[in-house]
Formats: sequence, C-alpha cells, structure tokens
Amino acid sequence: MATTATMSKRSLWGGGAEPFKASYGKLMMWFFLLSDAFTFSGLLITYAFLRWSAPQYEGDPSTFTFSTEYWPIPEKVFEAFPGLHGMELPLVFVGLMTFILILSSVTMVLAVEAGQRMDKKAVVKWMLWTIIGGFAFLGCQALEWSHFIAGTDTATISDVVVNGIWKENYEIFGANLTFNQYGPPAFAALFFFITGFHGFHVFSGVILNVIIFFNAANGLYEKRGHYEMVEKVGLYWHFVDLVWVFVFTFFYLI
Amino acid sequence: MEQATTSVAVQPADRSKILGIWKIAGILAVVTGIEYVFAFTMDAGMLRTIIFIGLTIVKAFYIVSEFMHLGHEVKGLIYSILLPMLFLVWLIVALVQLEGAAIKEARGIENYVPAGTKHVDDSH
Repeated sequence: MATTATMSKRSLWGGGAEPFKASYGKLMMWFFLLSDAFTFSGLLITYAFLRWSAPQYEGDPSTFTFSTEYWPIPEKVFEAFPGLHGMELPLVFVGLMTFILILSSVTMVLAVEAGQRMDKKAVVKWMLWTIIGGFAFLGCQALEWSHFIAGTDTATISDVVVNGIWKENYEIFGANLTFNQYGPPAFAALFFFITGFHGFHVFSGVILNVIIFFNAANGLYEKRGHYEMVEKVGLYWHFVDLVWVFVFTFFYLI
Repeated sequence: MEQATTSVAVQPADRSKILGIWKIAGILAVVTGIEYVFAFTMDAGMLRTIIFIGLTIVKAFYIVSEFMHLGHEVKGLIYSILLPMLFLVWLIVALVQLEGAAIKEARGIENYVPAGTKHVDDSH
C-alpha cells in the first residue's frame, strides 16, 4: 500500500498497485454491491410506481377494511405477531426483524474489528453470533410469509378467476400470486418478490458467513496472515442490512 | 499465498473503537424508534413520506459510512460508489413522483372514498 505513492507512472501499468488503496477483492465487492443496489432500486421503483398510480384509500384509517379495489394501509396488513392471535400489534413483528438484522450487522463489525487485531477467538465468536442473527431473521421471515399467505379470519369478497374459472363474490383468504385479500394483485406480488429477493440475499449471506466461520475456526486466515475475507463478506452482510432498511421504509412505513 | 506462521500476535482490543461501533448501533436504533413515533402519531401524507425517506437516508449513511467503512476510504472510491447512486435517486424521483402521478391521471384512476366520509379538498 505504501509503495503505491512512490511508484512512477510507468510502473503503475506494470500491475501490483492497488487502485483506491483497496485490495482487488474488496473493490470488486464494492462494485458488485453497487450493481446489486441497482437491482433492488429497480424493484423499489416498481413498487413505488405501482403504488402511487393505484387508487388510494381516502377514508378514516380506523374504519379501513381490506378490498381488492384500492391499495391497503401497510399498518393494517402487518399487525400480527406469532403466538398472539387476534391482537392488533401494527409493525411490532417487523420492528423485531429490523432489530435482529441491525444487531447481526453490529456483531459483523465486531468480527471485522477482531480480525484486524488477528484475534481468532473473537472472530469465531462474533461470526457465530452473526450467523445466529441471520437464521433468526430468516425464521421471522418464514413466519411473516406463512401468516401473509394464510391470511386473517375475515375474508375479502371479490370477483376472481380460480383455476381458470370465473367466480363471483369469492371469499379470498390470504394471498397468492394471482389475487390476495389485502389489496390489488400487485400488492402481494410485490411483497413476495421484494421481501423474497431480500430474503434470498440474507440466505446467501448466511451461507457465506458459515463458510467464513469454519475457515476462521480452522485457522486458515491466521495462516494467511490477514482476515480480509471477513471484511469482504462483512461488506455483503452490511449491504443486506442496508437493503432491509429501505424495504422496511418503503413496504412497511409508507 | 499461504505461509505457516509460528506465532500470531493478538493485539489488544481498542475500547474506544468498540464503544464507537455500539454508538452507531444506538443511533440506528434511535432513528428507527423515531420512525415508529411518526408512523403512529402522524397521518399518512406527502410530508410523512418525505420524513420517512429522510430518516432512511440517515440510517443508510451510518451503515455505509461506518459499518461498511466507506467514510474512511479514499475519495475516489467514495465518489465511484456515491455518484452512480445519486443519479439513481434522480431517476427514482422522476419515475415515482412524476410518472406515477401522470399515469394515474392519464388512466383516470380515482382514489377510494368510503361512503359517509366528508371529502376534504385534495388540491394539495
């Protein structure tokens, strides 16, 4: 790193220099994350575009009922908490999920910090906490999805096509990819796609974390002399947290 | 290259650095708390949406700058990540705010007003 500054212009082209004073792997991780950010932006733009071009509910929020005619109020959709049936707890469960993901991001920073000090024991410990946080988040998301798919106690009545047959005044419970009880078909489709795509990122992140955990525990990075792999995977893990911050705002708050 | 090292010196933890990490975590938790306060006390509207997006950007700043360490990288790297994102924000504003509303109007989509609700002037 220190030699970069003293290199002449000619030898810069000879390789071996680190552009931006970051290693090749780290730089490429950054550019991958930038391209991934474009993908997620595409999804969130689609969400916002469809949402703001759909009919909105303009009445009193306290008398709001689900209908396929207009976009639902997110607080009314996401108000369940596992094990507490029938209680209205708007956004509490998703708040817990946010908390879990932020905490697992913190433990990841602590793992990176420990790696910079060559503290193998601490890296292994904090990586394990990060993996636990990742699995906890995925478990919460599984509960969230199953509740969203199963639906509430009251059906929404609408005319829909079921298995190719037109049905009038059909009782819709829960959600699938063609219609849902909460709002227009696009609402559930976007929910599945955006939170699903994010959940898939979390899942791949957990897999990467597990690999790094075993490598660190086996002393591979100690032999190598640096824990840069922890930093690189850490970047990815923080990105997953960052995306959730945006999904949380766009899907659950607005 | 993997070389076997006989002994690895573990450096002691810097307490102030670790405290700094937990401080950022605290800020993220507090900002999320503020978002909840707005979600439960304020009626939905353009202003609330702007507040939510603003607070989200505050959280994003702390995650990217501190957790992902971008704030401590070389300027060139900061800009090569930040500038494309800024152009993207421009696109988002154009698509969502202008196109979404324009398509809604062009298709003649009207908002749902439940019977018995006094229609408030929605010129805003």
